[in-house]
Amino acid sequence: MASEERRKERLDRGIKVRSDGIYALLSWRELGYLVLPRLVLIVGLLLLPLVMPGLYWQRVISNVCLYALLALSFDFLAHYVGLVSLGGALFIGTGAYIAALLNKHLGLSIILTIPIASVSGAAICTLLLLPCLPLRGVYFAIVSLMYPLAAMRIIEALNIFGGTDGIMGVDSFPYSWVEQYFVIVMVILFLFGLRRLVNMDIGLVFRGVKDNDQAVRASGMSITYYKAVAVFIASTIGCLAGACLTHIYMFSGISLFALDFSILPIAATVIGGGGTLAGPDIGCFILVPISELLREFGTLRIAFYAIILMAFIVFKSEGLMVYGQRKYHQFERWVKI
Amino acid sequence: MTESPMLHVEEATKAFGGILALNRVSFDVNHGDILGIIGPNGSGKTTLVNCITGFVTMTSGKIFFKGREITGKPAHKIADLGVTRTFQIMRPYYSLPAYKNLVIPLFSPRAKRTGGWRGGGKLGDRNTVGIDILEEIGFERDSFVPYKLASSLPTGYLKRLELARCLALKPEIILCDEVFSGLSMSEIASMVPLIERLQMDGITLIMIEHRLRELFRVANRVMVLNFGEKLVEGTPDEVMANPKVKEAYFGSEEVEEVMTYA
Repeated sequence: MASEERRKERLDRGIKVRSDGIYALLSWRELGYLVLPRLVLIVGLLLLPLVMPGLYWQRVISNVCLYALLALSFDFLAHYVGLVSLGGALFIGTGAYIAALLNKHLGLSIILTIPIASVSGAAICTLLLLPCLPLRGVYFAIVSLMYPLAAMRIIEALNIFGGTDGIMGVDSFPYSWVEQYFVIVMVILFLFGLRRLVNMDIGLVFRGVKDNDQAVRASGMSITYYKAVAVFIASTIGCLAGACLTHIYMFSGISLFALDFSILPIAATVIGGGGTLAGPDIGCFILVPISELLREFGTLRIAFYAIILMAFIVFKSEGLMVYGQRKYHQFERWVKI
Repeated sequence: MTESPMLHVEEATKAFGGILALNRVSFDVNHGDILGIIGPNGSGKTTLVNCITGFVTMTSGKIFFKGREITGKPAHKIADLGVTRTFQIMRPYYSLPAYKNLVIPLFSPRAKRTGGWRGGGKLGDRNTVGIDILEEIGFERDSFVPYKLASSLPTGYLKRLELARCLALKPEIILCDEVFSGLSMSEIASMVPLIERLQMDGITLIMIEHRLRELFRVANRVMVLNFGEKLVEGTPDEVMANPKVKEAYFGSEEVEEVMTYA
């Protein structure tokens, strides 16, 4: 019976950079404790292109980063604003088409097309999604899924923007290392930027909208306005990924509205742990390379994919990041009852 | 009459399908009043609050705030004018600590305007102001209570948090939807002085209550609703002496009790 008379106790380490405006770090050790995981992530990301063998895998890194950006935008909208958006493909497609058109028809250089496509694409996406913003949860998800599908068919039917052929011959990044480091730096910037944002006062308003939108209305704030701001932020990230994608593949076509861009970020969020922002990125770094490795199995890889997802949902539904954070920030011990 | 009443409701009517939840209810509230609204369950009290604060659009009727029509304005615009409300079923932000709950209303345009303050500076940031408001409303400052997650707070504190959310907006009117319900006698006893202090601060209050004894201690006027219609309005004594009210509350022990008390 001895084994039944003890239980596992979990205690928070409680090391924080700041509490109530006072810098609360007491030693280099505590500083290291907090900096280490962030440093591992940043340095790891920056080293990745150097350690990857061959061009093929370097391209995979760029791909992973684009999905990571999308997953960031999904996680932000779903877990901090309460809008479960399946419109990832809309963001990618809009950003990609704008960048491609600006580059091909106006001859703008890549330094201009990416920022213009990100911001104007975000504005377009926000305007398109504006009528659906009063919707919540699964209803918003369904409507936002409709947009990329509709966009694909509209381009096909009206034969605009190159129709089914798409737009070929878009400028590529000047060097492949520029391409990789650009997307990696963007992932790092937006990851830490969003983490900062959700803990700022306006971030609390976003979380308030998710938690209890009626109380936000009763506080004298328009929920539609704040939802629109959040969608703008998320779609800026998505359109940026789209613009990068079109320059990486030197092509923009209706395949960019494919459902993969809506679905994979969700799968990555499940694996990485929702609401952590870093988790979905980690999920992308697992899922996208796996799908590359499984490429030789052809369509069978979908089955492998499904098994991985199912295993995560059943055995670690909290996600890797949440699990990791818990193990890192708490210590466990057995205590006698 | 030079000064228009704080709130003027004219023939407020709300129909849900064929059911008239409110049937041509009219009343005035003057500055500094505490108006109690009582009535049996389903008599339209909460619907009235929803209509005034814009959470539900009225079928017909007009509402004026300080002589300005606010009928049909969206809820956040009405709150922005200073007509705030609490919810009967408390609506805190459960995933945030209590003091962070107040950061959200403090971020609103009205709080920025009325506070003359945009965060930072002499008053401190929104967190500090939030904790100040919580202390005012009865959260012990130096305890851990203001820092606890709203999901782990007991009902009494959540009711106070609802009021605190209104106070963060520096309101002119607070419509309290059953702030006393679900509280123990001692908790109510500690809430009553709070309500009195709000009145002294010049805030007009409209209180929906079932706890008549406590309500009559603070309210200077009472309105009785029954089946969406206004039965009577007057001072607490007048209202309780009215035979129509006795009929509406027929068999209710509380009224008998209050009648003998009054």
